[in-house]
Amino acid sequence: MLTLLRPAAVLLACATLLTGLLYPLVVTGLAQAVFPAEANGSLILAAPGRVEASALIGRPSERDRDFWSRPSATSPHPYNGAASSGSNLGPYHPALVEAVRGRVEALRAAHPERAGVPIPVDLVTTSGSGLDPHISPAAAHFQTARVARARGLSEETVRGLVDAHTEGRMLGLFGAPRVHVLRLNRALDALPPGGA
Amino acid sequence: MTAQAWATMAAYVALLLALAVPLGAYIARVFTGEAHLARRLLGPLERLSYRVAGVRADEEMSWRRYASALLLFNLFGVLVVYGLQRLQGVLPLNPAGLPGVPPEVAFNTAVSFASNTNWQAYGGETTMSHLTQMAALTVQNFVSAATGLAVLVALIRGFTRRLTETIGSFWVDLVRGTVYVLLPLSLVLALALVSQGVVQTLDGAVELAPAAAAGQETEPASEQIALGPVASQVAIKQLGTNGGGFFNVNSAHPLENPTPFSNLLQMLAILLVPAALCFTFGALVKDRRQGVALFLAMLVIFVPLMIGTVAAEQAGNPALTALGLDPAGGNLEGKEVRFGVVDSAIWATSTTAASNGSVNAMHDSFTPLGGLAPMWLMQLGEIVFGGVGSGLYGMLVYALIAVFIAGLMVGRTPEYLGKKIEAYEMKMGMLVVLFPAAAVLLGTALACVLPAGTAALGNPGPHGFSEMLYAFSSGANNNGSAFGGLTVSGHFYSVAIGLCMVLGRYGLIVPVLAIAGALARKKGVPMTAGTLETHTPLFVGLLVGTILLVGALTFIPALALGPIIEHLSFGAK
Repeated sequence: MLTLLRPAAVLLACATLLTGLLYPLVVTGLAQAVFPAEANGSLILAAPGRVEASALIGRPSERDRDFWSRPSATSPHPYNGAASSGSNLGPYHPALVEAVRGRVEALRAAHPERAGVPIPVDLVTTSGSGLDPHISPAAAHFQTARVARARGLSEETVRGLVDAHTEGRMLGLFGAPRVHVLRLNRALDALPPGGA
Repeated sequence: MTAQAWATMAAYVALLLALAVPLGAYIARVFTGEAHLARRLLGPLERLSYRVAGVRADEEMSWRRYASALLLFNLFGVLVVYGLQRLQGVLPLNPAGLPGVPPEVAFNTAVSFASNTNWQAYGGETTMSHLTQMAALTVQNFVSAATGLAVLVALIRGFTRRLTETIGSFWVDLVRGTVYVLLPLSLVLALALVSQGVVQTLDGAVELAPAAAAGQETEPASEQIALGPVASQVAIKQLGTNGGGFFNVNSAHPLENPTPFSNLLQMLAILLVPAALCFTFGALVKDRRQGVALFLAMLVIFVPLMIGTVAAEQAGNPALTALGLDPAGGNLEGKEVRFGVVDSAIWATSTTAASNGSVNAMHDSFTPLGGLAPMWLMQLGEIVFGGVGSGLYGMLVYALIAVFIAGLMVGRTPEYLGKKIEAYEMKMGMLVVLFPAAAVLLGTALACVLPAGTAALGNPGPHGFSEMLYAFSSGANNNGSAFGGLTVSGHFYSVAIGLCMVLGRYGLIVPVLAIAGALARKKGVPMTAGTLETHTPLFVGLLVGTILLVGALTFIPALALGPIIEHLSFGAK
């Protein structure tokens, strides 16, 4: 047994050096050299040194003129990038059903043009991370009439912009079609006033 | 279920097979000591580590010595991980200034990572410093997987050797598995993940400029975004069937799994090594058909459960559909839009078939039947692909039980791969089956009657029972995923699940090594006309039947109290 002590201790030390320090440092070095933007969080800079957002983390807007993101379960406030969290509510938890009922009512009130249209599920459910930057194309199209109204644009223009910002599945197989909410809102902001 | 879902599942299984076959052949060459590219490049590292450790590469061990070396190495690992967590507040690489981890969570985490479980009773970005993530957790991700690999290789030597007392050297198996298998794969995967947007930096959180400056009226929603050395840990967490993520929500976090492509890479990595090891096994016992038979037995159990989970999640939540939601949307609570329902359900099945436990969606919010399949896959003993090494050695124990049952039926001495299977192997095999099953059921029962057990629930009714059953199924079978609504950082769950993880890991490894030692001592018996062939569809059916029968008889009563009653009460239309 005593003859096992040295190899056990030394090999653990070797593994710590190799896989706990050398390996992450080599990956960090290569990542920073080859993919610097991605390795640092895919940040969007408003100005040099001023980070506006990460392209991968949702940045919601509640204004009528913007597309709205999914609800978020992070605390203490939604879309808290420092502490990711899902709701972890079971499918029939009364709190989930009540929360969704409230969100449905709010959406219905804000979208009179869509009366009777089934509500896209992602628009009233929280994501796993609480940081989801995307909504489904159906969830975007559900909002086009409100956004067009608030911005004084034709709904056709807004719909066209949604379609242009819709990403499909990878190879037609993996993932799901989606719209990046922040990019779509920025593209709206970039339109000339009064519509194109 | 949509045609899209069928196509996605078929493509996933085909890609997995295409990668697993060549990797399996490569791993076999690593453990036979043949020349290969990684050995030419990294050979000096292997030899240097032997020299400083005072290890002779050709010094073989008896099974008892092999087990002692393994337990000692793992014990040291637990102590280091515990120590680093407790002391992280005064150690470097702690940009967020996080304090030391409380003792019960530190104990739970140390056992969790050493035992390849990666149950996480903490939120990563708000609890662990970069140093702890790297030098404690990432290290255990490598060596716990290499430990499982070593036990498997030792068991295979039990079948291939004749009339010998030794089953190899734990030190050599440990180093070769780490340096030649896990390290190169992780390096490649980590960089591929960074290319997709998985972060990799030693810096801490990034501050966001107030949104008002960017033309917003409302207060900024997120002032900070946590960063860190994520990609290096995520790569090995998937390849080593560990599952312990950097962030609280694991691979649902956009910086841990940003795109459908990064999701595909991680889904493949979850099952890659366990699937490849079936082919490694075939190569090492010099009969490829034996490995293919075990792979098919795993696939026969995996595929229907994957289809069932996808179907249940696509069917959606009737309680929400009744509020006017689009029924075609499926169950999206706790799921990310970029992955959608299908890739989230495939992932949930894969991560619980493997003893991985990483998640890209919150299992607690799955439909009752969608959550049942992952729970049952863990309860089957993590042998449907299972952990790196541990999945296949568990499956081989079931193969011994299957030939034993077949032998009883026809009145012949059972044999497997030319070795007689006798009472001693069966006794050890029964321990492998009974330890985790007892830990799951007794642990859940204890949680039900203790106030500390039920006070931690996040959901009422049968779903709350499911949370407890899932937690003990995950811990005792070294999976690590959770129904996250359960608060597990308290004393009761930290200690109870910590003990389950120890029993479920080392309570199995020691009997498996004892079987390896007993088999290696035996002489070979020649195949005769009366020998049950173990590569035929008949044997695959027998093996699958044995697994499902044991799994059903043991766990259906408990499952009936959780997901099944929940489905019948709320979900059935």
